[in-house]
This record gives sequence, structure tokens and C-alpha cells, in this order.
Amino acid sequence: MSRLKATFEALKKINRKALIPFISAGDPNPEFTLPLMHAMVDAGVDVIELGVPFSDPMADGPVIQRASERALEHHTGLRKVLSIATEFRKTNQTTPIVLMGYLNPIEIMGYQTFADYAQQAGIDGVLTVDLPPEEAQECTALLKAREIDPIFLLAPNSHQDRVKKMDAIGSGYLYYVSLKGVTGAGHLDIADVEQKLAMIRQNTALPIGVGFGVKDAQTAKMIAKVADGVVVGSALISKIEANLDNLNQAKQEIIELLKSMRQAMDS
Amino acid sequence: MTEKYTMPDERGHFGPYGGLFVAETLIEPIKELNIAYQHYLDDPDFIAELDADLQHYVGRPSPLYHAERWSKVLGGAQIYLKREDLNHTGAHKINNTIGQALLAKRMGKTRIIAETGAGQHGVATATVAARLGLECVVYMGAVDVKRQALNVYRMKLLGAKVVAVESGSKTLKDALNEAMRDWVTNIDNTFYIIGTVAGPHPYPAMVRDFQTIIGREAKQQCLEQAGCLPDALIACVGGGSNAIGLFHPFIDDASVKLFGVEAAGDGIETGKHSAPLCAGRPGVLHGNRTYLMADDDGEIIETHSISAGLDYPGVGPEHAWLKDTGRAEYVNITDTEALEGFYALTRMEGIIPALESSHAMAYTLKLAPTMSKDEIIIVNLSGRGDKDMHTMAEREGIKI
Repeated sequence: MSRLKATFEALKKINRKALIPFISAGDPNPEFTLPLMHAMVDAGVDVIELGVPFSDPMADGPVIQRASERALEHHTGLRKVLSIATEFRKTNQTTPIVLMGYLNPIEIMGYQTFADYAQQAGIDGVLTVDLPPEEAQECTALLKAREIDPIFLLAPNSHQDRVKKMDAIGSGYLYYVSLKGVTGAGHLDIADVEQKLAMIRQNTALPIGVGFGVKDAQTAKMIAKVADGVVVGSALISKIEANLDNLNQAKQEIIELLKSMRQAMDS
Repeated sequence: MTEKYTMPDERGHFGPYGGLFVAETLIEPIKELNIAYQHYLDDPDFIAELDADLQHYVGRPSPLYHAERWSKVLGGAQIYLKREDLNHTGAHKINNTIGQALLAKRMGKTRIIAETGAGQHGVATATVAARLGLECVVYMGAVDVKRQALNVYRMKLLGAKVVAVESGSKTLKDALNEAMRDWVTNIDNTFYIIGTVAGPHPYPAMVRDFQTIIGREAKQQCLEQAGCLPDALIACVGGGSNAIGLFHPFIDDASVKLFGVEAAGDGIETGKHSAPLCAGRPGVLHGNRTYLMADDDGEIIETHSISAGLDYPGVGPEHAWLKDTGRAEYVNITDTEALEGFYALTRMEGIIPALESSHAMAYTLKLAPTMSKDEIIIVNLSGRGDKDMHTMAEREGIKI
């Protein structure tokens, strides 16, 4: 059983929802990422989405764009991200890691090589923003053969047939993008999310993570009521950006935000 | 080639290239667009409206001009220029924006967005948006805003909002990223007019289909004027829309050689260029698989060219396919060589070409003398040089 499946099943048994932070690997430097990952686990997160920096992050808002740019200043590309994951696995064999990014770094590395390296690095899931099911057959087959879950996005304008398609090709969990737009944008409409999740659940038994627009403990709590996992990204990365001259402070603020979310989600 | 060329397949693939590599939010609107496009492609009313606009608003057909003096001086092939520079707004770009804007109107979209490099596509989009009374936002890299100030002013005059994009390399690719972000946010009322034969399916095929008017006219004009097909076609390639527009109607004519000219910038060997077909590798960017300028980590490399319109790290997927199959040959021209092409046409024929088109002129300087006097080259003069006067004057140390 994949670590993701085990994690969601274990959470379900104790009636808890997954807290899933997204950070850009290598932001603002590669040394910052590994200790932050361990600290986030200590703060109570269940899965870590590790962003693979890309020069052209088309689906991301300004906060994650700038995070990618900071990371790329130190050349934190796909290889480096995999080496960070490898380090993490030396002391943590339980928390699932999901790589999230764009297809081109994987294309250039080659699907097979990437799948092998990801397996060796202890990666549990791969979410490729610009790889919809239409084009994903080859890549997902290689990942699944190595017990790595291919994770797909669902959007507010995804119809029922899309959900069925994702259910067939995806595993681990499905990531529902709660608004039309880029990461870090807009206002979350919880009633809208609830309605949409009901339709999605009729068409899949996979756990559903919800992201885009989760900013604080309150939004995390609201999402946790209807979803299986709460993804928070831009709000965390903003803490890094606001404290570039004091990274200990950045880390502390991230941990505090995650702890407040954990508490709100569990109460 | 015995079988008729029918690329792409129904899912937008040109062999391994092209396709639909976008985030989920764009799947539904792209599906809608594809359905609308396939429908109107065969709709006599739509085609009649498009043809009328091309004739009376754009000024088509554009002339095929025999550059006799230049041909004589070079002493080789007869050079014919396809005068896309004479179109309304001064380049081939409007062939496509007219088509897409009419489509947007029929789909009930009220807001148009576009990306632009040199500003030619932005101007052509702002122009048709003004004519149809549609709101228009154009994304342009901050570097390009500076070097193409005249076109920025033109777009503003036409009522468009021009957004200077400050992310990444601040050029065309970043403008495309930003336009994609706008689109994903405003998909309900917004139509994205992509200016080149790149992007997710159906854009590469759709933009091509609107641009093939260039090649269809050129073929007929060449038969009328010279009594035969040309022996070679030359066009510059950034994203590759003017080139595919000229090439496509000739793909099944095996005797016609196709030459796409990429921008070699400071020279291929310096790494400072915009020539993915000549010196890049296959990858995925902006919705399609194609040749790209990318490093070993798959990060996109910054490009360099004197011409903003060729300053793009990717290229239309159909060109990638034509390269791999050997049907077209892709060559490259440095900034310095492009300037030679610029001056040659200006002084020899009294036509000032755009810096993009100057790359095609520069390759003509090389190719024509190697051919015989009874052979014919058609060169796509894709745009006029007015927009580049500042760049040129600056290089010559003249203040305008």
C-alpha cells in the first residue's frame, strides 16, 4: 500500500483531516527546506507537497512565482529537489511527499529516469499541473509501476466525466482547485466548494484535497469540514517572503500558522 | 510525399509534438473553443464574413512582388516578396486576429486578451477589438514595452490596456505566462487570442488555418506571374505563424523547398540566441510539446535576438514535426546578418522590412546566389520596419 493511501486511511479511522502544506523546494535557499520539512511534520502536518521550481509557472500567482525565482537563483531544479527528499527520508519514513510542478523538467529528464529517481528518493505522489489525463498515460503507468501515486487536479468547471477520468487514472488523492484562477488568489466560496465536492464524491472514492485560497485557521477549518485534506501554499510562502532577512522568524511563523490550522481543523 | 498531408490528428498531435498540456481549469474552455472552431470552419456565413474583412479591412490579397533589381544584383534566383507588410497594421498578424476575434464574437465573449513580443500581434488584436467593440488587455514583457514603445502607444490609442509583465525574463514567454493566468481567472467572458502557432490544441492548427491565406495567395500569384511553382520558400520563425502560413499550402508540393529562419542572436555558439529548432531540444511549454531552449533541469533558458518578435524559447509544434520529417529545413541568422538583410532590402528595393522579416531577407542573401536565374524564391516579407526605427536609429547613434 502506498504511503498516501495508508495516511488517508489512518486519518479516516480517527476522524481527522489531512493538513497538507505546499512549499517551494529551495525557497529561499536549498538549506532552508529540509529542516522546514521536519519542523512541519512536528507541527502536525500529514502530507508534504514539495514544489519543484520552474522558470515558467503558468498556473501560479505572484507569491509562488517569486518563490520559484528565489529557488532558481540557487539552481534548485528537479535533481536537487529529489536529493532533498532523499535526505528527508533518511530520518522520516512515514510522512508522504508529493512532488508538485510542471511537466518540462520531467520531460527533459525522461519519464523512465524520473520515475526511477523518484522511487529511489522515496517520493509518494507526483502532481504535474500541465499534464492532464489526455496526455498522461505513459507517465502515470511508469509511476504506478513504482507505487507512486499520480495526482490530478479538478477545477470548478470540471464536469462529471472529468471526475470519472481522474478517478480511473489517478490515485492517492484528487486535488480540487477551489477557484478559477491562479494559486494564492481570490476569495473562497465554501458553499460552492461543498456543492462541488458532493458531485465529485458521487464519482470517486478517492480522498479529496482542497487548495487555492486557504489562508488561515478559519478557512482551513471550513474546508476540513467538507474535504479529506486541506492544502495551504501561498499563505506559508508569504511568511518566507516577509522575513527574508530573518529566516528563523519565517520558519517560526510558518509553524505557528500550521499549528493554528491543525488545532482549528481538529476542534 | 505520396499521401496527402493532414496533420494534426484529432487530438492536436503532429507526431510526438503539439497536444494539450494545460491545467485542468483550461480543459473545458479549450474544449468549447475547439467545438466552436470546428463548427465555424465549415460555416459559410462565418467564412464569408472573414473573407470580406480580409479583403476590405485588411487589404488582401497582398501583392506578390518580383524584386527584379535585388534578384539581378545577387545574380541567382528570381526573388519574389509576399507583401504581408502592406496589410492593415503592417504585418501578417492581423490575418489571425480577425479570424479569432470573429470567433470570439460568435462565442459570445466580451473580453479579449493577448500576449505580444514585438507588439505587432498586440496591435493587430487591439485593432480588431476596437472594431468589434470588445474590451482588450494585452500582456507584454517589460523589456519589450521599452524597446517597442511605438507599438505600445498604438495599442493604447486603440483603447487596449497594455500590462507590462515584470516576471521572469520580462519578454514574450513571460507575457504568455501572464496571459494564461488571466485566462484561467476570467475564462467565463474572456477569449485568448494567441498570436502564433503555439499553445494548446487547437491553437497551432487554428492560427495556421487563418494564416494559410498567405500561402494560398502566393501559390496562385506565382502560377499567374511566373507560370510555375516556386523552387524555394523562405520565412522567419519565432513562434512560426508567418512561416507556417506560407509553407502549409506547399507541403504536398515536394519540389518546393521550405526554409525556416531562426534568430541566432549573437551566434549559436555563444548560447545567446532564439533558435530552438537549430540548437534546442524537445520539451513541453505553453500547452504543447515542441523544441525548446531548456537547460538540463528543464528550466527555460533566456533567449536573445535583436527582434522582439523572434525572442521566444519555443516554436510551433508543426515546425518541430516538419523539421524531424525533413520536409522543411531550419537555418539561423545572427543579429549582424539580419541587419545586412535589413539594409539590403531597404537600399535595393525601397522597402524597409521589420527586423523579424530581415532574418528571412538575410537568408535570401545567402541562398539566392546559389540558385540559377530561372529558379524562383518566395520570401515572406511578414512585416514592415516602422516599429523598429527607434532600435535602428539607436544602433546608428542617431537620436530621433
